[in-house]
Amino acid sequence: MGLQDSSQDLSTEMEVDAFRRIFPLRFFERHLSESLRPDGRQLGKARDTIVNLGLVSTADGSALAKIGSTTMLAAIRMEVMTPSTDSPDEGCIALEFHMPPICSPTVRPGRPADAAPVISKRLSDTILSSGMIDLKELCLVSGKAAWMGYLDIYCLDADGALFDAALLSAVAAFSNLQIPVVALNDNGRIVAITGGKDQDNASITEKEAVNKEKRKLTLKNIPFSLTCILHKNYILADPTTEEESIMDTLVTVVLDSSDQMVSFYKSGGSALAYSSAIKSCVELARKRAKELNQILGEMDID
Amino acid sequence: MEIDREDGRTPNQLRPLACSRNILHRPHGSASWSQGDTKVLAAVYGPKAGTKKNENAEKACFEVIWKPKSGQIGKVEKEYEMILKRTIQSICVLTVNPNTTTSVIIQVVHDDGSLLPCAINAACAALVDAGIPMKHLAVAICCCLAENGYLVLDPNKLEEKKMTAFAYLVFPNTTLSVLPEGSSVAEGEPVEHGIITSVTHGVMSVDDYFLCVENGRAATASLSAFFRKNFQQSSSKAG
Repeated sequence: MGLQDSSQDLSTEMEVDAFRRIFPLRFFERHLSESLRPDGRQLGKARDTIVNLGLVSTADGSALAKIGSTTMLAAIRMEVMTPSTDSPDEGCIALEFHMPPICSPTVRPGRPADAAPVISKRLSDTILSSGMIDLKELCLVSGKAAWMGYLDIYCLDADGALFDAALLSAVAAFSNLQIPVVALNDNGRIVAITGGKDQDNASITEKEAVNKEKRKLTLKNIPFSLTCILHKNYILADPTTEEESIMDTLVTVVLDSSDQMVSFYKSGGSALAYSSAIKSCVELARKRAKELNQILGEMDID
Repeated sequence: MEIDREDGRTPNQLRPLACSRNILHRPHGSASWSQGDTKVLAAVYGPKAGTKKNENAEKACFEVIWKPKSGQIGKVEKEYEMILKRTIQSICVLTVNPNTTTSVIIQVVHDDGSLLPCAINAACAALVDAGIPMKHLAVAICCCLAENGYLVLDPNKLEEKKMTAFAYLVFPNTTLSVLPEGSSVAEGEPVEHGIITSVTHGVMSVDDYFLCVENGRAATASLSAFFRKNFQQSSSKAG
């Protein structure tokens, strides 16, 4: 009533930036009614995605993924460990997602962000349940030695859709991973070989044949994810932080390369997801998976 | 092809449900919810004055603390806390008591499968007991897929381990309406068919997921009826 009138009076005189800050929902809905978003994207379109491999020279595999402004740096370090007794032929992956204070003004040093352990757990669940990595490939000597991969993902810039960018960077880091060469020395312990020096050759036993040269992991069923916002009848793909803070219903769909659903994650939110919305989100996720598959495919050729 | 469940239930049959409210004296609301052997205790304190940092002061704020039966608090508990917090925020009316914090504490008494849905149901019952204003209840169910594509509801721990994939689904409760046209409709589907929360583990096909959602919706009718009966009994005792 009175308030609406005053806002409409103000809206004719106010600057766009001020209107965006004071009436954020109204600002967005004006754009949504034209099927556009403030940054000019279509509703179902994701932001520009860039993936760069092999940036961290001290890591065994690394990747930088950028979706719009959201930037994630993933790095993998391999270490030899003793496998557990109930799975003596399998290695292990330990995933950790960090949100350092550089990524967002809401993250302070000493107070870990609420979202970080949740995204960390979701990522490790997604990667392990999708079957992208066969843990048996990480075995060196059955029952005695296997690889443990420490995957660390650092968020450098948090601008919405953190899970998507983190998953993309993790997948890219695995595709860049080269398992270091090792040998079994006289004491029965695994040691790393650096460039085949002569003193190492003397201690190499036949078991070393496991790792003749640096090898890459075979990745099957790569998972790709897309986060969408549900707002009234609109579905916005790949939200920015601003959009996420105004419209609180987020849905993340993770599909793998054989079109199976790895995860459908919706955590509360004021909008309910009906069958039509679920179908649309899955369709958008399929298109996005094709785009991402193409981007990763171009990387591998390099 | 029928699948044989160890405890002799049919695939769509839920375990025996039990709910008691107002069992603790200090919290403003409390409830214990058990589905078979899985038992969860929920307590609600609030609303208390003031919101936490970075939270909107024009709305009520919720905080969830999840205490496992044993062991230290890790990422699993943090994820459950976040899911529960967001689910509760979507069912409660946030504008009635602005600038307040309501704490929901979940204590796992025994975990025999389907733990998160049990906790969500317990939290709802405790919120009702505390008198927190809500739009509708959140009814939670776990559906899982066996290898042969067969769907099973409300698994116990052994069944959960054997399954290829499972989904925790939370729906609004079914409405009992005095109007002849029944429940309200949104987008051509009744309101209680919308999903509040969905968390899946394991790989399943998109069609299997839709099947889980359908079966989950059908099961919420019996859960909603149980909620209603349970609340009516205690209110008639008090009155």
